[in-house]
Amino acid sequence: MNRPFDTLTLSVNDETVSLPAHPGTRLSELLREGLGMRGTKVGCDAGDCGACTVLLDGAPVCACLTPAAQAAGRNITTVEGLTATRLQSAFLRHGAAQCGICTPGMLMAATALLERIPTPTRAEAEEALGGVLCRCTGYTRILDAVLDAAPGAAPPMPDAGQSVGAPLERLDGAPKVDGSESYGADHVPEGALLVRAIRAPAAPMTFTFGDLEEWQAAHAGPLHIFTASDIPGVNRFGVIPAFVDQPALAQSRVRMRGEAVALVAGDPALIESLELETFPITWAEAPSDAPVHDTHPDNTLITGVVRRGTAQDALKNAAHLASGHMRTGYVEHAYIEPEAGVAWMEGDTLVIRACTQAPIMDRDDTARILGLPLEKLRILPAATGGGFGAKLDLSLQPLIGLVALKTGRPARMIYSRAESMATTTKRHPSDMRGTIGVDAEGRLTGMTFDGDFNTGAYASWGPTVSGRVPVHASGPYYIPHYHAEARANYSYEPISGAFRGFGVPQAAILQETLFDELADKAGMDRLAFRHLNALRDGQDTVCGQVLHGVGMAACLEALEEPWKKALAWAETENAQGGAMRHGVGVASCWYGCGNTGIPNPSTIRVGITAQGDLRLHQGAVDIGQGSNTVITQICADALGLPIAQMQIIDADTARTPDCGKTSGSRQTYVTGSAALRAGAALRQRILQMTNMGKEAAFHLDGTTLTVSDCQAARHIALSDLQADANGYVLAAEETYDPPTRPLDENGQGAPYAVYGYGAQVVRLTVDTRLGTVKVTHITAAHDLGRLINPILAEGQVQGGIAQGLGLALMEEYIPARTENLHDYLIPTTGDMPPIDTIFLEVPDPEGPMGAKGLGEHVLIPTAPAILNAIRHATGALVTELPALPHRVLAAMREAKA
Amino acid sequence: MAAYHRPDRMEDALGLLAEGGVTIAAGCTDLFPATEARSLPGSVLDITGIKALRGIGSASSGFRIGAATTWSDVIAADLPPAFDMLKEAAKEVGSRQIQNAGTIAGNLCNASPAADGVPCLLTLDAEVELTSIQGVRTLPLKAFITGPRQTALAPGEMLSAIHVPQSAVQGRSRFAKLGARRYLVISIAMVAVRIEVEDGHVKQAALAIGACGPVATRLPELEQALIGQPVDSSLPALAIDAIITPALAPIADIRADAIYRAHAAAELMRRALADLAHEYEAAA
Repeated sequence: MNRPFDTLTLSVNDETVSLPAHPGTRLSELLREGLGMRGTKVGCDAGDCGACTVLLDGAPVCACLTPAAQAAGRNITTVEGLTATRLQSAFLRHGAAQCGICTPGMLMAATALLERIPTPTRAEAEEALGGVLCRCTGYTRILDAVLDAAPGAAPPMPDAGQSVGAPLERLDGAPKVDGSESYGADHVPEGALLVRAIRAPAAPMTFTFGDLEEWQAAHAGPLHIFTASDIPGVNRFGVIPAFVDQPALAQSRVRMRGEAVALVAGDPALIESLELETFPITWAEAPSDAPVHDTHPDNTLITGVVRRGTAQDALKNAAHLASGHMRTGYVEHAYIEPEAGVAWMEGDTLVIRACTQAPIMDRDDTARILGLPLEKLRILPAATGGGFGAKLDLSLQPLIGLVALKTGRPARMIYSRAESMATTTKRHPSDMRGTIGVDAEGRLTGMTFDGDFNTGAYASWGPTVSGRVPVHASGPYYIPHYHAEARANYSYEPISGAFRGFGVPQAAILQETLFDELADKAGMDRLAFRHLNALRDGQDTVCGQVLHGVGMAACLEALEEPWKKALAWAETENAQGGAMRHGVGVASCWYGCGNTGIPNPSTIRVGITAQGDLRLHQGAVDIGQGSNTVITQICADALGLPIAQMQIIDADTARTPDCGKTSGSRQTYVTGSAALRAGAALRQRILQMTNMGKEAAFHLDGTTLTVSDCQAARHIALSDLQADANGYVLAAEETYDPPTRPLDENGQGAPYAVYGYGAQVVRLTVDTRLGTVKVTHITAAHDLGRLINPILAEGQVQGGIAQGLGLALMEEYIPARTENLHDYLIPTTGDMPPIDTIFLEVPDPEGPMGAKGLGEHVLIPTAPAILNAIRHATGALVTELPALPHRVLAAMREAKA
Repeated sequence: MAAYHRPDRMEDALGLLAEGGVTIAAGCTDLFPATEARSLPGSVLDITGIKALRGIGSASSGFRIGAATTWSDVIAADLPPAFDMLKEAAKEVGSRQIQNAGTIAGNLCNASPAADGVPCLLTLDAEVELTSIQGVRTLPLKAFITGPRQTALAPGEMLSAIHVPQSAVQGRSRFAKLGARRYLVISIAMVAVRIEVEDGHVKQAALAIGACGPVATRLPELEQALIGQPVDSSLPALAIDAIITPALAPIADIRADAIYRAHAAAELMRRALADLAHEYEAAA
């Protein structure tokens, strides 16, 4: 009974397996590390996310909470036990998997449901899946798939030239639904060392190490310790070269809780058994009123400004004014995959395979820290289980890289949920004030905006936020006189970085709620007010940039009917009286795609081998949003061959040219533009070789490429052609860089070459006694220029809305208090309303085939539309987010007073 | 490596407990979240192998709920309406995955101020059966949970069962929980209500509120005030804040402020009473 390593016998997917294991081991650990069945994912180790859901005798349980002893002798079913089920094909058909990290858990929970109730209602499905969190999809398409888990064929793959606009299943979907997708924690080279970090318990603090050698010697087995003094290169990194300020391992002083100060590495069993509290280090409190960085004595990192006309004068002369103050807190990305990865040496090249959104930036920064030439470091992105901005920054890459480099052995690290939440970036907390004026007809005349954004201990994307906010704080409206300032300020708190929208969602909350007040004062309908002021083609933005292909008015026009219906609904419901009050709100968004006024190129290579393989080198990291599919669709059509013939070479700094980072809603537009050009260039080359006209059709069959029109057919024998250095007999490589113009000292210029637009109408019900808010319906209208893939685009809208709803109603990260997914709440299946999506296609003159970005836009209108609807229902504007029940009631009391 | 015991006989479990130094484990839905380790730390006594500890039985004296009975077991059990609230609470515990593993005794022994089971079991006048190698003693639930994360469990003892006396298996019941999202949520406030009705009037009332103080609490003053009152739409109005809030000691935390908690609890109480009154009227 007391033997520590019993041989456990388990029945997994109808196979009996025996292995030595401690009976108290988490079943998730046993499956993944003991049996190598890594389809079961671990997101929290606390039963909060459900990613590790497996079936025990048919009943769903969290494998992370199940001791191995309790699973012995029972039937365990994991995702690997599902083979080509109707449910899995429904997940593909409906686009239910985006990043795919929650998919195994969802599939298992749904399998148990369908076993119990073969044709469940939506409510039953919501309840059954309520224990699995998803951060990408907003759950809509997952529930759709569960309710449609019937036999159904995938849509046929489109013909040559027909793939853009087709409702294509994602091309990289199959491994996401069969459990074989390999994320950061899923690849384990033989003999890999495990790495753990010693981290600061609080900040600011200073520290000194005790006798490290003595501690090392007190443990059996080889134990490596690394500190800042072991770092061979420059111990400083950051996403923007001019603001590089973060150490990989702190030197003697920590600026935030959770900052890493040392690493321990060794065989996994030893490293897991270490009691890190005994690590010899002495902490001392440091003065919290000292500047976070000596280089910035007032803690202001940077101020962004956009100024045109005479805003103060315009406000003085306005017929109506609205002024407001809005505060938002830290928001956590809460992707279900905590950071994980592994590094190893291949000859004298260091290979790092980890979750990421930005392989080239990872390479450049990590190489500098480790003192390596760029060609000696290869970044091989793992499948990334959600990013939303936070996986743009380095996390464990330099740490595992250091260990692999120093020891010559593979080094693996997996952040715990708490470690991930405490140490990676957040959405900037904001404190914003603004005043907006209109004339007697309701036309906007001027606006001032002033915002403080807490960028935390290190710069990260603070400069980007302070730059983007003043550009976008006007909203997608014509404002002749404007003055906006946004400061990114250091603090001894978590790092704020990139999170879907770079500060623009926060600014929109202030601007869009002030618009409702202005519409009321001007005696106008709130939608009509926005329509009157919406930016039109040929008008200039607050940066003085004249825009074309502006779909803002079209979005608002598309919402007219849903808006009227929603208002009528609220009126009818409210006429019945009672504690439940019903409200309707609207808000708009715009968002510039790509970097702000600085170069931002992507390069795409496409080639055909002598064997007739057509390959697309697609270096844009697909973190679930769909770039593997969308970029391929664009390139296939530009080339004129069927998409089914295209093989994707996924992001890998050794094999794919630089497609920049997955950020700023830029991949469809920027990398898509490079793909369009590469496809067209290869087509042109083939047409020239065969001397055929531009309408000719291509046909690739084996090693013969046939080019034909109604008069003639020419054949290219691919095996007769000479291969280039990349192994292609026919190839093209094209780069696209958005034509932007840097902003001047007044923020005037052309910061982005393409913008996207949208607006959302929210219906909700406020319980005026409890202060709870239930969003009951959302209509989202988004202008994406050209709809490349309707399934993926709708998935972006639904997922963005879920994050916007969380921002509005429940999400607030409090350092040291909410470092888990039961105190930090994100929406569950039961919190999401039905969503109607309307896509507008107002072509952008610059975008590929007219396309614009979408990924970040979709989150922006949700929170302000919810606040506007709460105000419509109750008369009270909540000015501190999230609008938790007690804050809603407090706002109602204040509004009455 | 620490020991892991999973006996199938109660005597063996009690013997191990008497030796001391073991942590009792059942559903592990609180033990595992408390550690980042790959295995449960320390020496563990896993009681889920003891068949006698799982399941719900009834006798003339009342109902006996075995310590290792899971929330899913409670949901699936055929129980009188007095237990409806316990089933409703069971459905609100975490998620289906948690309900399949988590046990009712674990909920009590973990003694979280926001434990979903406690208000219901208080209004069912539950007693806990504590067993050690020396024998068995029973304690009213109210005396068992002594503070946040604190119980009257003595060294060498385990909570082996929960008794609900026949006198409390009367009337109809309701549970209501308020959280900031739909599923997987820790309560801001919760209420459990059981009323027994005779000739359209309240004969007995048992009311409790959770997550509004260090431990969940009964509301004796309001219970008294309800007795003899007609069971109709006028009933909820008797549950005024002035009677309810003095019985509470809510804290402000990340989920809500203290004043809101007390107010919300009172409102939930009125709604639960309204629901029950409506149910009785409909049945009459």
